[in-house]
Amino acid sequence: MATTDFATRPVPQVLAHEVHAERTRARWIDWLTTTDHKKIGIMYIVSSFAFFLIGGIEALLMRVQLAVPNNNFLTPEHFNELFTLHGTTMIFLFVVPIMAGFANYFLPLMIGARDMAFPRLNALSLWLLLFGGIVFYASLLWQPPEAGWFSYTPLSNEMYTPSGGQDAWIFLIHITGISSLVGAVNFYATIVNMRAPGMGWGRLPLFVWTILIYALLLILALPVIAGAVTMLLTDRHFGTHFFDPTEGGSPVLWQHLFWFFGHPEVYIMILPGFGIVSEVLPVFARKPIFGYKAVAASTAVIAFLAALVWAHHMFSVPVPTVVLGFFMLSSFLIAVPTGVKIFNWIATLWRGSIVTASPLYFAAGFIAIFVIGGITGIFLAVFPVDWQLTDTYFVVAHFHYVLMGGAVFTIFCGLYYWYPKMTGRLCSEPLAKASFWVMFVGFNMTFLVQHAAGLSGMPRRVYQYPADAGLTLYNQISTVGSFVLGVGILMSVWNFVRSWKTGAVAGPDPWKGNTLEWFTQSPPPVNNFDEIPRVRSVEPMKDIRRQVERQSGIEHDQVTQPSTTA
Amino acid sequence: MSDQARKQAKARRDGALSDPIFRSGAPGASLRRNVDRIRAALRPETASIRRRAVAALLLATIGSLVFASGAFADFFTPESGGSPNADQIDSLYKIILYIAIVVFVVVEGALFYSLWRFRAKKGAVAAQIHGNTRLEISWTVGAALILVALAAVTFSKLSSIQDPPNSDPDGLELADGVLTASVDMPRPPNGRALVICVSGRQYIWRYTYGADCRRNPFGLVYSYEEMVVPAKTTVVLDIEATDVIHSWWIPKLGGKFDAVPGYKNYTWFKAPKAGETYVGQCAELCGRNHADMTARVRVVTPDEYTAWLDQQRRDIADADRQVQELRRELFSDGDLN
Repeated sequence: MATTDFATRPVPQVLAHEVHAERTRARWIDWLTTTDHKKIGIMYIVSSFAFFLIGGIEALLMRVQLAVPNNNFLTPEHFNELFTLHGTTMIFLFVVPIMAGFANYFLPLMIGARDMAFPRLNALSLWLLLFGGIVFYASLLWQPPEAGWFSYTPLSNEMYTPSGGQDAWIFLIHITGISSLVGAVNFYATIVNMRAPGMGWGRLPLFVWTILIYALLLILALPVIAGAVTMLLTDRHFGTHFFDPTEGGSPVLWQHLFWFFGHPEVYIMILPGFGIVSEVLPVFARKPIFGYKAVAASTAVIAFLAALVWAHHMFSVPVPTVVLGFFMLSSFLIAVPTGVKIFNWIATLWRGSIVTASPLYFAAGFIAIFVIGGITGIFLAVFPVDWQLTDTYFVVAHFHYVLMGGAVFTIFCGLYYWYPKMTGRLCSEPLAKASFWVMFVGFNMTFLVQHAAGLSGMPRRVYQYPADAGLTLYNQISTVGSFVLGVGILMSVWNFVRSWKTGAVAGPDPWKGNTLEWFTQSPPPVNNFDEIPRVRSVEPMKDIRRQVERQSGIEHDQVTQPSTTA
Repeated sequence: MSDQARKQAKARRDGALSDPIFRSGAPGASLRRNVDRIRAALRPETASIRRRAVAALLLATIGSLVFASGAFADFFTPESGGSPNADQIDSLYKIILYIAIVVFVVVEGALFYSLWRFRAKKGAVAAQIHGNTRLEISWTVGAALILVALAAVTFSKLSSIQDPPNSDPDGLELADGVLTASVDMPRPPNGRALVICVSGRQYIWRYTYGADCRRNPFGLVYSYEEMVVPAKTTVVLDIEATDVIHSWWIPKLGGKFDAVPGYKNYTWFKAPKAGETYVGQCAELCGRNHADMTARVRVVTPDEYTAWLDQQRRDIADADRQVQELRRELFSDGDLN
């Protein structure tokens, strides 16, 4: 099998060794007080993945409620709480932080740094995230928020939602917002200042490019939402009327502020996923990325346009036609760089020698799914059509195609790709591929029919639908699909847990990677690298392998023993 | 074709098998190479059974997608049939759908073809290609052109969706446009439309009938949940909310229009046939009973509409009288002091 080949195939050389510092503290104190970017990265990934599972359970509860018409499994109050928790959790406690987790672990390794620029600030980011999540979920003990993850005013004003759950939501935005902001500054400073010698902007790994843009977008968007939720907080408790129409405030102002943050947030969530895929495809196609400059530049263009499309979330709000037209055109524009990325990825596969390992499955599955989400996005950008589609299950289907495809499948791609580096062990490949197929089928089963449900007139966020509306079959298919998807995810979870101790030993470079994280041991020692190699191209590991071949005088593939340090 | 040209074509074809797309050259030459290659694939001696089976399967998929869209129109397209604007949205949607199907098939086809065709085999070496500027520019421009075409189609259809037409001659007789109505309000070319104010509140819709319904609703006929309208008559809706945001949506009568407190929003519809009832519900989360905030539009003939209006006016007056009597009784009993 191809995978065992990877495990046993020799590696060029490893220029890093474990530093044996004396352990003076208990292991758990070590984890609590660490400033090591790798430990912080693992804690980020594990805790946000735990939030992902919680958010998944919330989704399944909603699907059970919608399995049959006029169901009374959940009360409307609980249903509203569940979709609020689900959306908020998946966005603020799963996708954004797990991308930060990957960046924490791999950004310094990929650019040949020994840690992040500000290690203590890094620890602060992590703990703020965890406390934000705890504050938010503590509201379960009293009254969870129920005004949706977008918390439109006046519904989220004190008059209509008096419960403290709404305030817990506000504090979640504040605390995780500070966490992300601090993290973004840290990523930016690290990328700008701590690259390996020779790593110019044209040799920056594409994942690092996307993290750079991710950081910039966070710095741009988070202050806006922080301001907006502060205004909401003062509206609720301190007598201001920013969003209160009865006192001259404007509910539409909230929507502008929210979506001025909310749309860049979508790209904050998927750009790092694009980066992961841009790393994985060349490695498994055994071929350089097609059009490095175009892929990197399209990331920047997407980020720029992301700040210009927010009002396409508001096409049914009373706004002048010229505004509708502007936001339709700007939303069209953003499809161009996104399309360029997809074409470049497919061209990267073209004429490659594609190794069908689990990360490649998830990367290819991502493209297949994301294309559908992109296409349905065009329907939604055409504002007269959006008048029919907005706030229906068509939109639910659209953004799950974008975010499950763009974020969840790429996150699984990244987990399978980097698991050997983080743990030193390989996952079970058959189980990974089985998990992929179950997830892929379950996902499409859940969300494809939701387009039809929306087109047939099913609005979002309704806890019941009538039996004679023709929606029953769609919802039943969707509910069954959601459980299939859940099983697929659990198969991967089981794979990760089991392989932690029992997986085959991976060695430093099981996939024959292109970037510097594969240059060091798996898992990397505390100092990452003893010696940081000079970077001569965008694929430094290829250069190193070639150099080793030249120096040892033998073809790399024929070596049967790990070569010694040159 | 001369001998030399034929030889060149053959050489091209052989080269083309390794790959036509990533080779730069004169555009005419690359086009000819591609055509040659497609011809070669169609010729029985060069096309394996497997390849032809895949091609057939692909064609069948495209075919079924295209034809199924007609057969299961409801499955693939938005609701329509109750009003010209809903029908126009539907046809705009279908134009996008056809383009989308082509894009979908081409992109997913290219993806799965490359995954299948270029999977690792013994002795296969990946081509070390770093990019092709001309190709990249052409697909960027290609994507942009599709979007330009879509934008043009959208703007050309816009007025038929946004601007209300005149009522039919056999619709309700209406007076000339009322001057007190808002200047933002869309109106048909002859200015005559039936204006109904729609007001959303937790968790019910209220309708006030009459041109002055926004400024001076007192004394006008109103109803809750079910709106009664005359057929073949242009109805302009003046939409507002009194508490939180709601969204007016009857799928068969056109798109959604949010009812935002402090703002005005407008839409229109013109139902072609009496005897129909169209259902819908609030489409913006408005609280716990959001799912129960339903709406119905019952279309009647203009005569029935006038009769219903009179009946409703009498019923409201009756109810008012009963309330007055009740209040007087309660006063005299001392319960309201």
